[in-house]
Amino acid sequence: MGAINEIAARLLETGEAKVVIGYGEGSFGSVRPAFARNQEEAEKLIYDKRCTQNLAMYVYKKEISPLRKLAIVANVSTLRGIIRLASENQIKNGDIITLYINELGEVIECKALSEIEICLAEITPEIKPEDKELIDKLDAMTPQERWNFWISEMESCIKCYACRQACPLCYCTQCAVEVNQPQWIPVAANTSGNLEWHITRAMHLSGRCVECGQCGEACPVNIPIHLLPIKLAEEIKNIYGTVSGMKIQESNTLSTFKPDDKENFIG
Amino acid sequence: MENDFEPKIVAFVCNWCTYAGADLTGTSRIKYSPNVKIIRFPCTGRIDFMLLLKAFSNGADGVIVSGCHPNDCHYTSGNFHARRRWVVFRTLLDFMGIDINRITFTWVSAAEGAKWAEVVNTTASKIKELGPYEAYRKITNEIWES
Repeated sequence: MGAINEIAARLLETGEAKVVIGYGEGSFGSVRPAFARNQEEAEKLIYDKRCTQNLAMYVYKKEISPLRKLAIVANVSTLRGIIRLASENQIKNGDIITLYINELGEVIECKALSEIEICLAEITPEIKPEDKELIDKLDAMTPQERWNFWISEMESCIKCYACRQACPLCYCTQCAVEVNQPQWIPVAANTSGNLEWHITRAMHLSGRCVECGQCGEACPVNIPIHLLPIKLAEEIKNIYGTVSGMKIQESNTLSTFKPDDKENFIG
Repeated sequence: MENDFEPKIVAFVCNWCTYAGADLTGTSRIKYSPNVKIIRFPCTGRIDFMLLLKAFSNGADGVIVSGCHPNDCHYTSGNFHARRRWVVFRTLLDFMGIDINRITFTWVSAAEGAKWAEVVNTTASKIKELGPYEAYRKITNEIWES
């Protein structure tokens, strides 16, 4: 893992980046996000199999964004997150240096967003086998069983909004959940309100979700909520053929249309 | 017992086509089911998916969503956007086990007074057969019981 430290150190030394967002050693054998601002901190950056968090969510955080230009250590879902943020005009070309680490462990330095697109062009995004398995299992159930499954999951939601905080695309300064005139979603954690919150979140991410699964990863009560936006992303891929976060020019599926879009349920 | 049940149906309709169509149903003196409560919107593009959920959480047993036929939108593209939204929303509801048979999507133009009556009548009889939406009622009542 020498390469990532060397590149980070170089970027900081030449002043090309004010901060390098990467992964560092956490406690009890875990990894945590690390922010390297000097040579010493750059040496502590690591990258291995445990580094799955999507760091793209730090790019727009108000503590980080003034530090642009910044560099970010990226896996595939980070790349997709960055591209999606760029297509929603949250990132300007040249704001971010991306240090993409490919499957072979090579570090590819992308200074322009178009270079990220080139990296992504060679990748076919796939959802995790365990997620696929659970989605298939749910699809095979009757609607009543699916309802029971989700309601029992929703009962345990504590409305901590960790799913929102972990998402690279939930950057609204005022989230729908904080709107209180009218109050769309109740503040208290109750089953129906929790259900409404997760439906809202999935709908607001539909056509935008980059399928990184960070929302489910962040959930402290282990609700597989990442399945909702992922399921919609898969459906949108099947119906409209659009995949979010692969091309900068790709617009949000739900804010565009084709006059001959097909459906089979509107009478 | 089942025949006594009078479903509550909320209809979200657009101002320019379906609302005018429903008006025509009335002026044409066509009788239709009184179970429906019509809510008028500027356009189907304005009908937020949350409104449908709020209808259910406030005790609706069924929902009708209706607007201008494709290519007839007063604002050119509102119904096209709505159409994509409903495709995705229906998928999500189905995936979560919410009864999508309780939501009727349809296009009714200002000239289709008879169609509006038919849509309401078929929806009302379908919901009557399905019975009250107990599953959803159960989770919303929990707020008041706890």
